[in-house]
Amino acid sequence: MFSFFLSSGLFLGWSLGANDASNVFGTAVGSRMIRFRTAAVYCSLFVILGAVISGAGASHTLGKLGAVNAIAGAFLVAFSAALSVYMMTRARFPVSTSQAIVGAIIGWNLFSGSVTDVNALSKIVSTWIFCPLLAAVFAIILYKTTTFVINRFRIRMFRLDAITRYSLLLAGIFGSYALGANNIANVMGVFVPVAPFDHITILGVSFSPAQQLFFLGGIAIGVGVFTYSKRVMMTVGTGIFPLTPVAATVVVWSHSMVLFIFSSEMLQNLLLSMHLPTIPLVPVSSSQAIVGAVIGIGILKGGKGIRWRTVGGIASSWITTPIIAALVCFLSLFFMQNVFHQKTYKPVEYSLTQAAMDRIITSGLPHQQLEPMMWETFKNGREFNNFLHSAADYTNEQARSIRSIAELYEVEISSELVDSLKSGPFSREQLEIIGKLDGRTFMHKWEIKSALAELSEDFTYRTNDKEFNNHLDDFFNHLFNRLDL
Amino acid sequence: MKILKTRTGIESQVGDFLDQVSLSSLIFRQGCEYYLSRNTEDFERKLQEIADCEHAGDDLRRSINEHLYTKTIIPESRGDVMELLENLDSLLDRFKGTLWRFKIEGPDICEDFHPDFRLLINTVIEATEALVTSCRAFFNDISTVSSSLHKVSYWESESDKISTRLQTAIFAKKDLRLSHRMQQRDFARSLDKTADRAEDIADRLNIYVIKRSL
Repeated sequence: MFSFFLSSGLFLGWSLGANDASNVFGTAVGSRMIRFRTAAVYCSLFVILGAVISGAGASHTLGKLGAVNAIAGAFLVAFSAALSVYMMTRARFPVSTSQAIVGAIIGWNLFSGSVTDVNALSKIVSTWIFCPLLAAVFAIILYKTTTFVINRFRIRMFRLDAITRYSLLLAGIFGSYALGANNIANVMGVFVPVAPFDHITILGVSFSPAQQLFFLGGIAIGVGVFTYSKRVMMTVGTGIFPLTPVAATVVVWSHSMVLFIFSSEMLQNLLLSMHLPTIPLVPVSSSQAIVGAVIGIGILKGGKGIRWRTVGGIASSWITTPIIAALVCFLSLFFMQNVFHQKTYKPVEYSLTQAAMDRIITSGLPHQQLEPMMWETFKNGREFNNFLHSAADYTNEQARSIRSIAELYEVEISSELVDSLKSGPFSREQLEIIGKLDGRTFMHKWEIKSALAELSEDFTYRTNDKEFNNHLDDFFNHLFNRLDL
Repeated sequence: MKILKTRTGIESQVGDFLDQVSLSSLIFRQGCEYYLSRNTEDFERKLQEIADCEHAGDDLRRSINEHLYTKTIIPESRGDVMELLENLDSLLDRFKGTLWRFKIEGPDICEDFHPDFRLLINTVIEATEALVTSCRAFFNDISTVSSSLHKVSYWESESDKISTRLQTAIFAKKDLRLSHRMQQRDFARSLDKTADRAEDIADRLNIYVIKRSL
């Protein structure tokens, strides 16, 4: 059944491969510098590598926007995004899978009564605007540097062409890796919380369930590249080539760099260690990065050739794509739930229990206004959120903290339950520590986290160690999914 | 950065080809000079030299084309380079063809017109030399192409003026048969057309430069 539900994600992956591979190899293939087959092999291979090795970063941010908690829901979210992309492409709108999936998740949030995290959403939307701008800036800097080097060292024509050709191939490979790392979250991100996979170890390398999903998504993208991208590549190649070969290479490099910095956890950790502001890891639009870079070159050449209509189209797609995807998703969920009687979400209830109130007080959050509603159960996040905002003037951040404290997750840890975890992605040491909670009952997820943190430092969040904290988040997500089953 | 400056095989082949074009123009000048001074022996030698030169140019061009198809160059540039070399080769052919016309037709060029014919030949050679210099710049340092490209137009317009003056003088001279006049006119025109051809190639080169300009 899972493989059926995964099909929509794989379809989304296929369409991503068919369309976005042209952004990285279109120029090279369209201008016949590289044969299609060679480009397709490199593209598929590096998309898969990027997805499996570096795909987690952007996926975490997407997960914060809305954790789709039922497989049928995840299927419909991916399906709605794919359908929206298809419909808008047919209507000749500039469309991005990243924007469609965000809209579809919001649609799921609306349908399931979950709260859309405004901070995560604003972070994502700001990167959509930032992405083409950054690509333009990169293109300007790279182009200036490249022309300086060419003029300074008087590189001969044949040498320059050979360098350009290899550079374009490298940019394509790097772009494919970055595309896999950045956009795999669009394809497989929604399935991560519901994937029934276990950790597997091949040749001493351990692969998490998310990585296995990303591998499958990467293959779907690869199939898209092989089966359908040739025609798109020929169009893009001849469309962009009025730029000089050097400029075209700069455009592909700029695009690839933008996608990379929006997906690299390594870069984020480096910036963190240097106490610099970090760049959010968010799936961005590959096509819009390309257009941004082309506009950057256009600005450098006086701005006469810029098609402002295209720029306007991109800006409008930041709004129209998510709205259409959200609508399609909401309607599909309604249809699936009421016609096919499939569970598209697991209800998440909220209650201000004694433990939750104590936690709110110790966290220093305003609590007087909450006391009258103690032990009251709210049937979903939206209802609880409405109560919070009507009760007091909470900031979004405070409301989010209170929600995470009050979220109900009733579980009694028993030895049978711990035994059932053995088939999961947990080490022997981890299971031993979890086993120490035998006989205890919990009402909230944070209670389990606190109890485990008291037992071992391995379960304690660390300040300024985002990578460790992300891994810990993954661990807890798997644990809660397993305990739920 | 040394790697950026070392010459590849194809670069030296293109350099050699341009040498052949330049060489053919020099042989042509000398050949014409020997013809005008009625030095048949040396004229015949130059005919042989220009045929060898043309042959070497053809071989080089074929080899370059093969290289262009199988290796390195960006397809978009490949077409431009091949067209440029083809056009230069046609210039080389023109030099050979004109020299052979002297041999075949053996025109009797009146002594009065010798100075202008010599001037016209020199102008054509200057235009060709300026073109070859521009082509070298195109392959080696594209930013310097414009400094020699304008000279081609200059020498072409000079050649127009001399040719017009020469043709007017040919038809103004009395006691000449019409066929004699027309034959001398044709040779003046043929030389002028070579300069025109050089200018046409220079115009195409200018477009290639714009296409590649950063």
